[in-house]
Parts: sequence; structure tokens; C-alpha cells
Amino acid sequence: MSAATLEAPPGAPPRGRPRSRRPRTTLTTGSSIGLGIAVTWFSLLVLIPLAAIVVTAGERGWAGYWDTVTSPQTLAAVRLTVGQALLVTGVNVVMGTVIAWVLVRDRFWGRAVLDVVIDIPFALPTIVAGLVLLGLYGPSSPLGLDWAYSERAVALALAFVTLPFVVRTVQPVLGELEPDAEEAAASLGANRRTILRRVVLPALVPAIAAGAVLSFARAIAEYGSLVLLSGNRPFQTEVVSVRVLTHVENGSTASAAAVASLMLGVALVVIVGLDLVQRRVSRRG
Amino acid sequence: MVELTTPVRWLLRLVAVGYVLLLVAWPVSTVVREAFADGVGPVLDLLADPHVVHALSLTAQVAVQAVLINLVFGVTISILLVRHEFPGKRVLSALIDLPMAVSPVVVGLALLLIYNGRTGWFGPTLESWGFQVIFSGPGMIMATCFVALPLVIREVVPVLTEIGDEQEQAARSLGANTRQTFWRITLPSIKWAVVYGVVLSLARSLGEFGAVKIVSGNVVDRTQTATLLVETQYQGFQQSSAYAVSFVLAFASVLCIVVVSILRPKEKH
Repeated sequence: MSAATLEAPPGAPPRGRPRSRRPRTTLTTGSSIGLGIAVTWFSLLVLIPLAAIVVTAGERGWAGYWDTVTSPQTLAAVRLTVGQALLVTGVNVVMGTVIAWVLVRDRFWGRAVLDVVIDIPFALPTIVAGLVLLGLYGPSSPLGLDWAYSERAVALALAFVTLPFVVRTVQPVLGELEPDAEEAAASLGANRRTILRRVVLPALVPAIAAGAVLSFARAIAEYGSLVLLSGNRPFQTEVVSVRVLTHVENGSTASAAAVASLMLGVALVVIVGLDLVQRRVSRRG
Repeated sequence: MVELTTPVRWLLRLVAVGYVLLLVAWPVSTVVREAFADGVGPVLDLLADPHVVHALSLTAQVAVQAVLINLVFGVTISILLVRHEFPGKRVLSALIDLPMAVSPVVVGLALLLIYNGRTGWFGPTLESWGFQVIFSGPGMIMATCFVALPLVIREVVPVLTEIGDEQEQAARSLGANTRQTFWRITLPSIKWAVVYGVVLSLARSLGEFGAVKIVSGNVVDRTQTATLLVETQYQGFQQSSAYAVSFVLAFASVLCIVVVSILRPKEKH
């Protein structure tokens, strides 16, 4: 601020510079080069490859695309993936909010450990996640629950990898919630249930929504943890990402790209949705 | 603040702890049990196998290079997004998050379509220059970079936004050049955010599976990473070896999480 006013006093003519280039926000030569290199790398790594999926998916025309995407096996995979992802997201909305509540508002021995354990699914390699779930819920389960190679195995793997999302979006919002509103409501005679429903929960809704969107996206995209656990049986436990991989391994990249374009579409919708939710949150804050 | 009644508090506590225990803690502990079923000796023997040694060192090399690239790229983009205005900034800022939502399998396919040596858009040209991307190191590093791309940025951007640019402006008005401002003012204030970003990226990079599976070709002793080795060995009925390597990977990732959780509170004091 101060440097900006030093360089260009208010009301002074722009001295030959275009008006939009205010001193504080102008890219210097150095930062322009930095931006150029960064955007080039980002394009080569992310944008051009993802564009190639759309282009390759369209190579065989609309009819070819439609045939691949609506083949019975792909439709079964889409139905399974979306169904289980919705189920797991619902579980996460409830359990994630409960866990966040316990982490923020409750005090008990082992709470710090619980806080660390929540992050494990995020860092644990997905193939190892599948392996460890197989240990507890597989053929040699000490609990006597053999869920391997069934629909339940898919839900289990997705619940494992998406656990941190709702917890980690709700936790900071709950932690920064001012006690004033709750105290005011209580002093006006609201009972506990009313305060939770009318004061606390509404404040958490944007965070819960953001977490739910993230966990749905992650569930749709999941691959690694399902490899060993679900058996990838066509029409039964085969998810969309496995369909893509099967097409890649068979050498039919156009079919793989067609199915992948569906997943890419979901990813784009999620990113835009998240952007909108975050803007709403920041406007409120 | 709302105070819950004791039974309700205990119920919520029990539900939360029970769910995390059954879904995460207990399953993860089985990897230790399975790996060390016959004691420590056999595990060390299995880990000394040349294929395993190669896979683990390849994973480490790929992860470290990918993290370094993401570190430089992430810090650069974060500073540009927070401190500068330029056309297309909002779009870029939203697109940066895209790798979080894209399936690893789609990432692998996307890179394959561009960089494979026969039909890729750029692959044949690059190979005529003697630079092979797919089924070799560069492709694996790119796939790993892609999936871990937003992690550094998501840690650094909020901190940069929060500290504001007054100190940087002061340094500049006192005659510091861009490089001095970066090394002496900006970097020290975002240090911890960068450290978290790097540790989280490292954990993510060590464990990448789907994208690397497609671009690497999974050739034993050449492009087989540790996670690919786990899959191959488990399906090839060498389960004790699969568990031993899984233990190493799980140990590394849990260590990353613990390091971040120990470092994080320090910043608040």
C-alpha cells in the first residue's frame, strides 16, 4: 500500500502505463518469466494430457462414444461406483461431523491419537489400504466377516480412503465457532436440541457440503484400494476406474478415453462446485 | 457453548472412536501383525531381496524428484496467485485443484495419450530426440507430480494470504531486490507451510499406484515401484513379501503424518 502510493500519488497521470497495470499488482519481468514457465509446465503436465482424453474420446464420433459409454458392462460399473460413492458420502456426512464434534468439543484420553489416526487414510498408499482391509475383513478375518470380493468390500474401501475429508473440513469451522451465538440462544431460553439444530448445524453446513463433495469425488476416482479387495468382477464389483484400466490394457485407448471423459466431467463439476462453496463460505466469514 | 448430557457425550465418543478403530486403526495394525508373524529375521531377509531393494529405491528416487519439482512449482504458483494480478488468474487457481479430483487411472491414461512413443501427440518427437517418457523414469515422475500437485499450494496459499505483503513492501522500499525479499522475508514466514506441504507430498508420492501403473509398464527391476511390487507379489502368492514391503510403506506414511502433527502446533505458539 505505502510503496504503491509512493510510486504513484493518487490522481497522478499513469505516466504512459496502461491503466490496469497498477504498480502493486503488475507482474515484473522476473515474475512474468516465472508465470510463463509455471504455466507451460502445468499445461504439459495437466492441461494438454487431459485435453487429449476429450479429443481421443471423440475420435470415433458421437455414435462410437455413446456405444462405449452405454455398454452394459460400463453402465453396471457406473451404477456401482455412483451408488457406493453416494452411500459412503452419506456415511461420511454423519460420521465425519460426529468425529469432528468429538475432536473439538470433547476432552478424553487418546483424543490426540484419534486426531492423528484420521489422517492415516490420506497418507497410506492405496494398495496398502486394500491389503490391510483384507486382513480384517477378508477370508481370514478375525471378526468372522468375509466381505472380500463383494459390494460391501467396495463400500469399505471407499469409506476408508474418504474418511478424512468431512472431518478435516468441519473441524476448523467448529473450532472457530464463536460461543456467543450459542450463549445468546441459551439465555433466550432455547434448549440444547434447538441450539444444535438452529445455531450450530447451520454454521457447519457449508463445511459439511465441501467435505461431502470432496469425498464423493475421491470415491468416484478410487482405484488402488479396490485392486486387492474387490476382485474387480465384471457386473458385480467392477468400478469405473477399473473399466478404464481394462480398456487401456486391451490397447483400446479410444474406449478408455470415452469412459475416462465421464470421470473427468465429474472432476470438473466438483472443482467448480467447490469453488462456489468456498466463495460462499468466505463471503459469510 | 452447548454442553451435552453425559450419556450423549459418551455415546458420541464411543461412536467416533469405534468407527475409526474398526475402519482404520485395527486394519492398519494387521499389517504389522502379518509382516512380523515369523519374527524380525524373515522380514529383513525379504527386504534384502534384490527386486525389493530395487523397487524401494526406485520409489524413493521418483518420490524425491517429484516432490522437488512440486516444491519449486508450488511455491512459485502460490506467490504468483496471492501477490499478483494477471488475466486468467481465477481459472488457473481453480484448475490447480483439478488433480485432486481426477482419478489416478485417468491421470495415467492422459499422460499415455500425449507421451507414448508410437501414437502420442509429443511422444514420437521426444523419442526421436532420445527422450523416452512412457515406460521410463520421466513418465513416472510426471505421473507422481500430477497427483501430488495441489498439496504444497494448498498449504502455502492460505498462509501467504494471511501474513499480507506489508513486510515485503517494507523490504522493497528499503532497497531489497526480488531475490533478497524472497529469501529473507517471504520464505521464512511461509517456512512451516512449505514443510507440511513437502511432507504431505512425500507421503502421497511414495504411495502413488494407479497412475504409475499405467505409465511405468511395471517391468521388474526397471520400472517396478514398491506399490506395484506389493500388487504383483500379493497376486503371485508371495504374500509374506507383500506384507513386508507394505509394512515399510505404511511405516513411512504414518511417520510423515506423525511428523506433521508434531510440527503443526508449534506454529501457533
